[in-house]
Amino acid sequence: MHDFNYQKAGSVADAVSALKAADDGTVMAGGMTLLPTLKQRLAAPSDVIDLAGASGLSGISVSGGVTIGAMTTHAAVAGSTDVKGALPALAGLAEGIGDPQVRNRGTIGGSIANNDPAADYPAACLALGATIKTDRREIAADDFFNGLFETALAEDEVITAVSFPTAEKAVYIKFPNPASRYALVGVFVAKTAAGVRVAVTGAGDSGVFRASALEQALSSNFSASALNGVAVSADGLMSDIHASAEYRAHLITTMAKRAVTAVS
Amino acid sequence: MPTVSMTVNGKPVSGEVEARTLLVQFLRDQLRLTGTHVGCDTSQCGACVVHIDGESAKSCTMLALQADGAAVTTIEGLADGETLHPMQEAFRNNHGLQCGFCTPGMVMSAIDLVKKNPKASETEIREWLEGNICRCTGYHNIVKSIQEAAGNMGG
Ligand SMILES: Cc1cc2nc3c(=O)[nH]c(=O)nc-3n(C[C@H](O)[C@H](O)[C@H](O)COP(=O)(O)OP(=O)(O)OC[C@H]3O[C@@H](n4cnc5c(N)ncnc54)[C@H](O)[C@@H]3O)c2cc1C
Ligand code: FES
Ligand code: FES
Repeated sequence: MHDFNYQKAGSVADAVSALKAADDGTVMAGGMTLLPTLKQRLAAPSDVIDLAGASGLSGISVSGGVTIGAMTTHAAVAGSTDVKGALPALAGLAEGIGDPQVRNRGTIGGSIANNDPAADYPAACLALGATIKTDRREIAADDFFNGLFETALAEDEVITAVSFPTAEKAVYIKFPNPASRYALVGVFVAKTAAGVRVAVTGAGDSGVFRASALEQALSSNFSASALNGVAVSADGLMSDIHASAEYRAHLITTMAKRAVTAVS
Repeated sequence: MPTVSMTVNGKPVSGEVEARTLLVQFLRDQLRLTGTHVGCDTSQCGACVVHIDGESAKSCTMLALQADGAAVTTIEGLADGETLHPMQEAFRNNHGLQCGFCTPGMVMSAIDLVKKNPKASETEIREWLEGNICRCTGYHNIVKSIQEAAGNMGG
């Protein structure tokens, strides 16, 4: 790991001004992705600005929807009775991320900012139609995730919270890679006021995406049998040592069926 | 160089570190607490697990500076003189270790589990150990050790 200047931000505004002042600064949440990346020298920022002491970034509030502060850990979301009550699928998703030590320090803000193509939270954001709140604006999930590890965030922009509307039905099912536990395919199905939305992670060549064929089939008939014979195209899906694009395409429909069965 | 101060196993310590110094390097190289191990460079094996303010964390995936002001407990901080912590004792009684490389992390992780879930089932124990890899035991006796310790710890 190359050395850097380490700074603690006391507030979001501090973090933004430190980012603006740095040659090549980056914020740090729990460091669960950032530190492994720095260790491998895949990044070498001039400044690391720690958000752990910045006020107002952690916590969960439920009123209509569920709003989760950017620095809220996966363990806090998984254990929250509020989240379990309002959106149990989201608590279950958080419980399935990595391992207990990753959940103790990894955060929703870091997960979403990082936009790993196999991360779990992006699927929940896209399927539920979440709003990502930053120091300067609100961004709809539909406009936020821009391909592999790319988001709509500006270089000096900091996520402050994520707001999820509740859904009539919501469920996330993940087929984990047996070694890493990241999703080989993860499918989040939500029946919302805005219709049925199905988001897929782990499979797309350019990250999380909505499976429109599955959405259409479920819109007219929200049942697993509606997905019989509905194939997802392997075009644009990842192929790697873990699974071919065709296998991932097959898994998407299979996981979506299991998801719908689980909430029917 | 930045200075870092924290409490380790109940004692206040401080030292000069580089910003990039990992907590595990500070513990092992500066404090000479070599019970905390490093088994991988991908944050996956759990040999480095310590407690930060009572929560288990991978000390290889934390900067020393992130622990500034925290209370850190390592495997060296568990025994009371010659008396082992019930989790250590249970690992000894149940042959919960072979080479012992993973053991400090297993013990620290298991104590966090029992604190949060004193009546953890076998499945819950196995799921909790997701982030602790053992190359020797096949986990069976580790699970047995944790079950026995949970009983002795009042679970
Ligand atoms: C062993 C292991 C297993 C894992 N398994 C899974 C898994 O199964 N599923 C899964 O989804 N994830 C998994 N993860 C990743 C984990 O969920 C992390 O929490 C997540 O990647 C982000 O980590 P973090 O919150 O600590 O952010 P950091 O690592 O601190 O930051 C990550 C990136 O986000 C940026 N960032 C952080 N916070 C903000 C913010 N508020 N505003 C703007 N930018 C920000 C940082 O600059 C950095 O670029 C795993 C990680 C490990 C180490
Ligand atoms: S040394 Fe492997 S997880 Fe820390
Ligand atoms: S006892 Fe050897 S790695 Fe676990």
